[in-house]
Amino acid sequence: MTVMEQRGAYRPSPPPAWQPRTDPAPLLPDAEPYRVLGTERAAKADPALLRRLYAELVRGRRYNAQATALTKQGRLAVYPSTTGQEACEVAAALALRERDWLFPSYRDTLAAVARGLDPVQALTLLRGDWHTGYDPREHRVAPLSTPLATQLPHAVGLAHAARLKGDDVVALAMVGDGGTSEGDFHEALNFAAVWQAPVVFLVQNNGFAISVPLAKQTAAPSLAHKAVGYGMPGRLVDGNDAAAVHEVLTDAVRHAREGGGPTLVEAITYRIDAHTNADDATRYRGDTEVEAWRAHDPITLLEHELTERGLIDEDGMRQAREAAETMAADLRERMNQDPVLDPMDLFAHVYAEPTPQLREQQAMLAAELAAEQEGGH
Amino acid sequence: MTTVALKPATMAQALTRALRDAMAADPSVHVMGEDVGTLGGVFRVTDGLAKEFGEDRCTDTPLAEAGILGTAVGMAMYGLRPVVEMQFDAFAYPAFEQLISHVSRMRNRTRGAMPLPITIRVPYGGGIGGVEHHSDSSEAYYMATPGLHVVTPATVADAYGLLRAAIASDDPVVFLEPKRLYWSKDTWNPEEPAAVEPIGRAVVRRPGRSATLITYGPSVPVCLEAAEAARAEGWDLEVVDLRSLVPFDDETVAASVRRTGRAVVVHESGGFGGPGGEIAARVTERCFHHLEAPVLRVAGFDIPYPPPMLERHHLPGVDRILDAVGRLQWEAES
Repeated sequence: MTVMEQRGAYRPSPPPAWQPRTDPAPLLPDAEPYRVLGTERAAKADPALLRRLYAELVRGRRYNAQATALTKQGRLAVYPSTTGQEACEVAAALALRERDWLFPSYRDTLAAVARGLDPVQALTLLRGDWHTGYDPREHRVAPLSTPLATQLPHAVGLAHAARLKGDDVVALAMVGDGGTSEGDFHEALNFAAVWQAPVVFLVQNNGFAISVPLAKQTAAPSLAHKAVGYGMPGRLVDGNDAAAVHEVLTDAVRHAREGGGPTLVEAITYRIDAHTNADDATRYRGDTEVEAWRAHDPITLLEHELTERGLIDEDGMRQAREAAETMAADLRERMNQDPVLDPMDLFAHVYAEPTPQLREQQAMLAAELAAEQEGGH
Repeated sequence: MTTVALKPATMAQALTRALRDAMAADPSVHVMGEDVGTLGGVFRVTDGLAKEFGEDRCTDTPLAEAGILGTAVGMAMYGLRPVVEMQFDAFAYPAFEQLISHVSRMRNRTRGAMPLPITIRVPYGGGIGGVEHHSDSSEAYYMATPGLHVVTPATVADAYGLLRAAIASDDPVVFLEPKRLYWSKDTWNPEEPAAVEPIGRAVVRRPGRSATLITYGPSVPVCLEAAEAARAEGWDLEVVDLRSLVPFDDETVAASVRRTGRAVVVHESGGFGGPGGEIAARVTERCFHHLEAPVLRVAGFDIPYPPPMLERHHLPGVDRILDAVGRLQWEAES
């Protein structure tokens, strides 16, 4: 065959190795954030669950207020508040079973508390007497992660390991809208999808990464849309609707548990307080915006639903408030006691056995402490 | 009594054997990284492991070093013992945040509740004609990170013993593999490998009386060669192979320098801010009254690693080492 004849026989064709992989349509998030409260879906919600969520939200709001107050009294070094985001925090904890794992970011102490952790232990990092105040394996709550999104691959690895061992364990990892810009967010979602790891990613889109609004963070249609690129479903939910967040997360956890792989959930919410007590939110946002979100408050939303449907009375609401006050009083009292510090702890856990170099430094500190004692300090 | 025939083995083969034996001995040992499964690794160190233990135990991961180490953290949190391969020294940098912010700190952060027994294998160093990003000596970064052990073998037997020790360690170990020595051979019996040395012990590779060459990894054979060449000059050089940079074996090093009175630290890593400065300071602090001369350093230049056609000018060689030995103030000796 001549070259010209070959050219005549040539038919353009797709690249040989290409074949469609995943149909993107079922992975796409809904056009609107999923809502339950104030919709006809609310009728199907379990009243006991709604009451439980309500009690936890009230407690959570009080916890946020108390922790913020403790920063003003110098009892906490810093507190990143989740006021306004309680629905996400509480629903994340309640969507998990005991054997599951929670991977909180530094802002998510409330989720850890809602999971059953002692608030004083949850706040150890922010008080500053140690980095983590609890044994992560006891409540299956990973240490609060300060470097953004870096805990997400941990959740994937843990969920993957559990599945390899044949254990029925799901990991739920929490991150903020700013954290989705980090490389670890991408790598975690990619690994999770490739491994079909039983993990749920909850993005709390609270509008700001400290001062930077979402528009400067991403050009994606929504953060939930990012899921499609990894081949996992993305779900969009009203993050102030506790019933909706709980339902979406519970579904995602069940999906993961049944071998369906990971889900990315974006919860639309708002950080009512500044980034932390050390931040000044008036420099980057106006009162009108904050007020609009206050009108969509997670506690009011749920309280309205419960009272409208006669699922709670004044007595029930008072009980929730009283339980929250008891928690706050206990927290206040215990946080007002000075923590017991042992400087020698600085060397105790760097390695299983201190290196010879650390032993020398340990001896130096011990001598300094002994001298302080003698000096009557 | 039967004597076991010692067969020549390469360092790469000893490393493979160490991985295989560790995986056979402990089902919680998982190997993971780029190309470690089907291909057996770009240096073939993981050759055959996926076949023998399955892809769940020897896993080809997506190409993302932070993701590899980050997921290994989660696996270790759940009780597994991951052995992570970073394909080349300079490709380990994307994983630095996981390494520095989590791997090195998790035990301390949790007051010992959550140790991370992770081994991070990193082929390192130059001399193989690698293009940019394939020849770095990044040990100073690792040494500067509290909570990590930093280990590097220089012999076939140590490659096996130290890797087994690293995997068995309950602490994270950065295991630096001198890629230039992957194909170095030694007589070694894989059926009766030498006892696993605890991490943190240096060893005298060549006893001598005139001066001590303190070195590790890829520079050990160079120093041994220099020591042989030095005989012609009338110097009897001792060569100390550190094997472990963290923990550092002050005892063995100081004992040697006290005997010889002179020391040169040799490594490929840059001199400024490099391991040699720390080592020279430690030797001086411990051996000042035994020293006949300042502790000298022979290191790579303080430049980005050179292109392969120029790397021979950068790497510490026999001549540069002997020049340094010559500057150890011999004239002052009475």
